[in-house]
Amino acid sequence: MTPLQLLDRWLKARLPADAGAWLETTAKALQSGSDRDFYIAISLVSRKIGKSDLALSPAELAQAAAARPGWDPRDWSLDQTARVYLLLAQGGDGPAFTRRLDQLCMTADIGELVAFYSGLPLYPDQPRHALRAAEGVRTNMKAVFQAVAHRNPYPSEQLPEDPWNQMVLKALFIGISLDPIVGLDERANPKLARILRDYAHERWSAGRPVSPELWRCVGPYATGEMLADLGRVLEKGTEPERAAAALALASSPDPAATGLLWAYPDLSVAVSDNKVSWRAIANFA
Amino acid sequence: MRFIDPHIHMSARTTDDYERMAAAGIVALIEPAFWLGQPRTQVGSYIDYLSSLVGWERFRAAQFGIRHYCTIGLNSKEANNEALAEQVLEVLPRYLMKEGVVAVGEIGYDDQTPVEDKYYRAQLALAKEFGMLVQVHTPHRDKKSGTIKSMEVAMEMGVAPNSVVIDHNNEETVKDVLDRGFWAAFTIYPNTKMGNERMVEIARKYGSDHIFIDSSADWGVSDPLAVPKTARLMLDRGIAAKDVEAICYGNALKAFGQSGQMKEEHWLNPEPVDQRMLFEGNSVLRGQAPRVGEVPPVDQRSNEVVFK
Repeated sequence: MTPLQLLDRWLKARLPADAGAWLETTAKALQSGSDRDFYIAISLVSRKIGKSDLALSPAELAQAAAARPGWDPRDWSLDQTARVYLLLAQGGDGPAFTRRLDQLCMTADIGELVAFYSGLPLYPDQPRHALRAAEGVRTNMKAVFQAVAHRNPYPSEQLPEDPWNQMVLKALFIGISLDPIVGLDERANPKLARILRDYAHERWSAGRPVSPELWRCVGPYATGEMLADLGRVLEKGTEPERAAAALALASSPDPAATGLLWAYPDLSVAVSDNKVSWRAIANFA
Repeated sequence: MRFIDPHIHMSARTTDDYERMAAAGIVALIEPAFWLGQPRTQVGSYIDYLSSLVGWERFRAAQFGIRHYCTIGLNSKEANNEALAEQVLEVLPRYLMKEGVVAVGEIGYDDQTPVEDKYYRAQLALAKEFGMLVQVHTPHRDKKSGTIKSMEVAMEMGVAPNSVVIDHNNEETVKDVLDRGFWAAFTIYPNTKMGNERMVEIARKYGSDHIFIDSSADWGVSDPLAVPKTARLMLDRGIAAKDVEAICYGNALKAFGQSGQMKEEHWLNPEPVDQRMLFEGNSVLRGQAPRVGEVPPVDQRSNEVVFK
């Protein structure tokens, strides 16, 4: 099934009769409607459908991932789902879709922005929306940022390295978890490792805590001075910080990293026995 | 006691104001679309402003635990630029049905020019088309006749009095407004419009039916705590608590709640999506602990912070 068919099915299974009828009638009417009708209908969604959680079952989440690899709508709400549904069903394709999406974003409220950004992986002509995704990363509204960054495969597939690095750094900066970022490990790069290390030093200088998740993107490129930083965390850090440093060292290509880690047999064993994980560290932090 | 400020221009206020308002027990506010102190010259600046009312400003308020609603409209001052007004009228429908938009407003008369009249009527027609409430700004000059004219035109256009809030009333206008069945709002300003002493006397004389107060705080001399402070004064002067509660909370909710967009449960028992989206995080409170769910009880706060 296509994502559009899935959205339709999930909504039909959940919406009360009047809301379902409204959505069906509106989708039909929009096939020959004007831009104005389209924009008003998208806004009306929260009034007609409400904002309850979509609350997908594990089987439905599996359908989502099968229809569009990486798509993970577990946090979606009903209005969000219906907006993406209308946009996919009526947005047109190529330049027409982008024009309508730009117009919608220009006058959007918070809930609408969350919907439009979380729908990125489903839109036609995927590479066309990279600037839109980067714009979403620049937002100052946390919920909107999360709609791009969390459980969304679009950024890892389409964002160039600089905006990708910005997104990861900004997630740490505004205090949200890195673990739900799709493709975090695959997109690790030396420049990001350098930026994150600088950020850790800035935080240390200010006497502020450093998220243990930061080291996840440092580890694969950790050599030299970066290893010294990880050694410092291993020695002086809190439990989750030490676990993070151990995992980071284990992912480093530098043989010296292995030596450092071996100095802490308990952590060394925990890593090799898979007793610690980045997800557990994220949930703990 | 909880409070609602049903008319306040938060875009012009600082985070200090938000903190003090939350601490004083203000749980919700309505930000009417207005001008910026000087006239806009482009429809683009209007679009960005209206988008900020449903976007950033709503998010900002939520960081302090305050629910933000707004009214959307072309204000009477800028209605006088006809070329701009035409373009603004074109984009308004794209905002009217957004979440949390409780009325068309603030619209009405300022200098009471023919062009103001044209766009007041056009927006009353929009309110009818979209089944919306109306929030009316009454003029500072030639107030009484301007207020009466606002109501007569609304009735002539077939808009029901109970769906219209007439704002910025005073002793001279209140009776005409209540007699016609409109909602009468009073702006408590430190220097002009209504002082809070005068408001106590109005409450004594007219009771609490269809009456409520707001601060209309903006970039001028004004007080974002006008509602809770006036509540305290009314209580001290012997106005019954149930009337104070109606004037400072309940009636604004009754009037604007008719939109279906403003409900008590939004701040008493928010949807999970709002709890996730709106009541957590701290991008405004950079480097400080977020306020999330840790605010002390309202009564205690309002006594401690505002009234001592």
